[in-house]
Amino acid sequence: MNLLEFNLPLIALIPFLGAPLAAWAANINRVASAWTAGLVTLVSLLFLLPAIQLPFEGQTLIQSWSWLPSLGLEFAFRLDGLALLFALLILLIGLLVILYARYYLSPKDSMGRFFAYLLMFMGSMLGIVLSENLIQLVVFWELTSLTSFLLISYWQHQQDARDGARMALAITGAGGLAMLAGVIMLGNIVGSYNLTEVLAAGEQIRQHENYLTVLVLILLGVFTKSAQFPFHFWLPHAMAAPTPVSAYLHSATMVKAGIFMLARLFPALSGTEAWGWLVGGAGMFTMVLGAYTALFKHDLKGLLAYSTISHLGLITLLFGFSTQLAAVAAIFHIINHATFKASLFMVAGIIDHECGSRDMRMVNGMLKYMPHTAVLAMIAASAMAGVPLLNGFLSKEMFFEQAVTATDGSMMTWAIPVLVTIGAIFSVAYSLRFIHDVFFNGEPVGLTKTPHEPPRFMKIPVDILVLLCLGVGIAPMILVAPILSVAVSASLQSAPPAFSLAIWHGFNLPLMMSFIAMGIGVIVYFNRYKLFRWHDENLPRIDARILFNMALHGVLVATGKISRLFDRGSLQNASSWVLLTAALAVIYGYLQFNSPLLGHRELMPVDWLTVALGAFVVIASVLCAVLHHQRLVSLIIVGVVGLIVSLGFVKFSAPDLALTQLSVEVVTIVLLLLALFFLPQHTPQERNAKRMTRDIALSLSAGVIVMLMAMAVMSRDYAPISDFFIQNSKPGGGGTNVVNVILVDFRGFDTLGEIVVLALAGLGIFAMLKNLRLPAPLRDIQGREWSHDPHPPIMQTLTRLLFPLMLLVAVFVFLRGHNLPGGGFIAGLVAAVALISQYLANGIDWTNARIKANMHIVIAFGLTAAVVTGVVAMLLSYPFLTSTFTYLKWPLVGKFEVASAMAFDLGVFLVVVGATVLILVELGKLSHASHQMRHEEHY
Amino acid sequence: MEWIVALVIGVMTASGVYLVLRARTFPVVLGLTLLSYAVNVFLFTMGRLQVGQAAIISPDTTAYTDPLPQALVLTAIVIAFGMTAFLIVLSLKARSELGNDHVDGLSYVAEEQAVKSRQKAGN
Repeated sequence: MNLLEFNLPLIALIPFLGAPLAAWAANINRVASAWTAGLVTLVSLLFLLPAIQLPFEGQTLIQSWSWLPSLGLEFAFRLDGLALLFALLILLIGLLVILYARYYLSPKDSMGRFFAYLLMFMGSMLGIVLSENLIQLVVFWELTSLTSFLLISYWQHQQDARDGARMALAITGAGGLAMLAGVIMLGNIVGSYNLTEVLAAGEQIRQHENYLTVLVLILLGVFTKSAQFPFHFWLPHAMAAPTPVSAYLHSATMVKAGIFMLARLFPALSGTEAWGWLVGGAGMFTMVLGAYTALFKHDLKGLLAYSTISHLGLITLLFGFSTQLAAVAAIFHIINHATFKASLFMVAGIIDHECGSRDMRMVNGMLKYMPHTAVLAMIAASAMAGVPLLNGFLSKEMFFEQAVTATDGSMMTWAIPVLVTIGAIFSVAYSLRFIHDVFFNGEPVGLTKTPHEPPRFMKIPVDILVLLCLGVGIAPMILVAPILSVAVSASLQSAPPAFSLAIWHGFNLPLMMSFIAMGIGVIVYFNRYKLFRWHDENLPRIDARILFNMALHGVLVATGKISRLFDRGSLQNASSWVLLTAALAVIYGYLQFNSPLLGHRELMPVDWLTVALGAFVVIASVLCAVLHHQRLVSLIIVGVVGLIVSLGFVKFSAPDLALTQLSVEVVTIVLLLLALFFLPQHTPQERNAKRMTRDIALSLSAGVIVMLMAMAVMSRDYAPISDFFIQNSKPGGGGTNVVNVILVDFRGFDTLGEIVVLALAGLGIFAMLKNLRLPAPLRDIQGREWSHDPHPPIMQTLTRLLFPLMLLVAVFVFLRGHNLPGGGFIAGLVAAVALISQYLANGIDWTNARIKANMHIVIAFGLTAAVVTGVVAMLLSYPFLTSTFTYLKWPLVGKFEVASAMAFDLGVFLVVVGATVLILVELGKLSHASHQMRHEEHY
Repeated sequence: MEWIVALVIGVMTASGVYLVLRARTFPVVLGLTLLSYAVNVFLFTMGRLQVGQAAIISPDTTAYTDPLPQALVLTAIVIAFGMTAFLIVLSLKARSELGNDHVDGLSYVAEEQAVKSRQKAGN
């Protein structure tokens, strides 16, 4: 068994399997849950280990299982450099976040729920980065939207957490749908949903007429997920989540999923003018806007949120340049941003945890109280600002260089470096604010508790991340160049361009830009109060949450109005709309259908008996509608119609149907009679004349349409597909009754579904009737008192005599069903009628005392028998429900056929008996209970 | 002959639809029962009408009717029974919970008022 044949799906699935485990472990104690989550992550990492060296050897590992090949759907997973880089980021930072969260969550918070959500989210993210099939990727993509909703709304009691989570779900979920559309179109262009083919077809995709639509749809997904303008506003509101969630979602995962898609589809989509404008434009605008807004946030997490938006914009902008070196810089910055931003969020969480506030106007001078944390934060924030010797500096230099060189000689040549520098200035200013305002700048203002260093283990994740920032900044070629190189070559689908991660490139324009940004950034920061005032006075405050809620409310009101046009709370109205639509659809369909209404099939000669019976049904049906105010009468008429219909089945070569219809008819009428006992005996006159006219018109047109449709079919010849069944019924299914063989053999799976429905209907009715109390009426409609003797002796005697005979008929019908009209359904109904007549004639108490079978168990047995028949076939390595048969010679009986389908039919029989008797007896018990109620009142 | 069967289907449909559109639960259930007869027969006729050609294989018969629609209709009949049973019990439950058998759960008084207010609005 080679692990490299199936390890990739396991990496993504293990967190999902581990989620319930982590939730369960919380029952033991809180820490156990964190340990479980950590171990699950480690196991997932362990499955990644054997494949790690493959991308470095230039291999792409693909593991796929065919699922719906006709739709191009596969379970396909892929591990190349890019996937490896992201999987490592997700798993390693995930581990650190789990460690951190164990100390962050307060005893009031449910650990189990937190870690279960976190693991599910981790699994979804791993699914995205490891997917080879694009449809599968989108499924995991939407799963991240769902699981991040759970994470953001973790503190469900807080309104802002719920609002923020809903907003994130609405925005990213909608983006995901757009992406699904884009991916499907992409698959249609390429002819495959697999990345291998899609990435190789870049030229074909860019030349295609639908390229722009595909690009826009996919970018909608990317921009919503990665919080690019104008979809950026959900991210700050997602800060209502616990800080470990923010540290995870907004550094290495969720928002990076969009960026990942840009890197993944880079060879397929990039390099056009549209790509440059859309991706570059959104990135540029987002970067500057985010950096500017971040400075004005007094909340630490708010600052980090906008800084995240800004850095995501930076990475997007780099991809927008479409050059290979820009892609190198982008992927490098993904790594760097993940490390310093995760550590900064953790610091923000520590400060919040220890001070009870994240407001930078209150939290000052923390250096004294938590020097260790302060040093970590200062290093990480410097990396964010792009200070030399730290990782952020390197990728920022590469970014500046790209900004200077990547653009050709258009009007943008000067604009890009200028805008980029402005973004960098604010980036320096807010990073400085994070350091200076929090750790220096006097004494804390109005804090409720005295801050101190957090527990040692809460700092360890931050230690590790900050060490990485330093290490990468000082020795990039050793620490990061190998993985960066394979990730870039996977993203570009070609050998990576020559790049150097040196700290010193000499005095050049990018270095100048860095110096300018730092110099002006410091000046901006120290003049911040003037800026704050100017910002407050001159810029309108736009609260995205209010706008979003207004839009959401507007949509709800609009849709509500539309539905109220059709549904005014009246079922009659709604049904008539449905019927009218159906009628119009048929008429429209016919008008499209360029052919005369009737065909040329030779019609059958008329015989008078059929005419007479037909006339009888017609009169009865009309009477039923006309006399429906007298409920008992109309019920009897319905029974008559049903009986004649079954006669019709006899006439037109359908003996099985006739038997079924006949037995169902009996059961239905008994059932409706039982129910009618509890309902008003008379329907009041409806007074709305307009509605009556409308209904008569609707029903007449429905009748005419259905009649013409039936006629249009019956007057045409056709080529049935049933020849197969007729030819194979005997040799293949071992039975001569083709209808029964179809039911239990050829289409056995359908029948299984149908008996499940019947069983569910029975159980549903049982549930509804439980504890139902209805007063039994004392008199019938003509004022006569109901008989006090519900079980007349003659009926009792007769039914008791008939009972064995009826069961014998059921057995007979069952046994012959495979070859002659009959079978499980009909036998079940006959047996049910036999049982029900006992209940009717002798009462429930008497019968229950003698028939001990619990109908729930009968149903369960039936379903089990049917399923086991199918599973046995599977165990013998045939497809589910394959049947077999043989002939036995029995004494007296002679040659007798035994088919495995009989066992299946027995299942059908049991379910039908169980469900039917359950339904009727439960209804009967109701009247039994009401009789007793009345009895007690009387005496 | 086909016309007669088609007419029967049509009339059962028309009566069924009319009853389905009524305001009380019991007629609606009856309507659905009639409608399901109509639908079953309609589906059955998709195999065309044949006399004396039941799909029971025997050596001295050569022509058989189409068994497939029959198999479908057979289960449809049983499922229709399940549905009817569920609906009628649902209407009993509604009667018990709401105290009336109007399809919208309106009491007689509320319904009178609704009619009156609609008439007023009309004037």
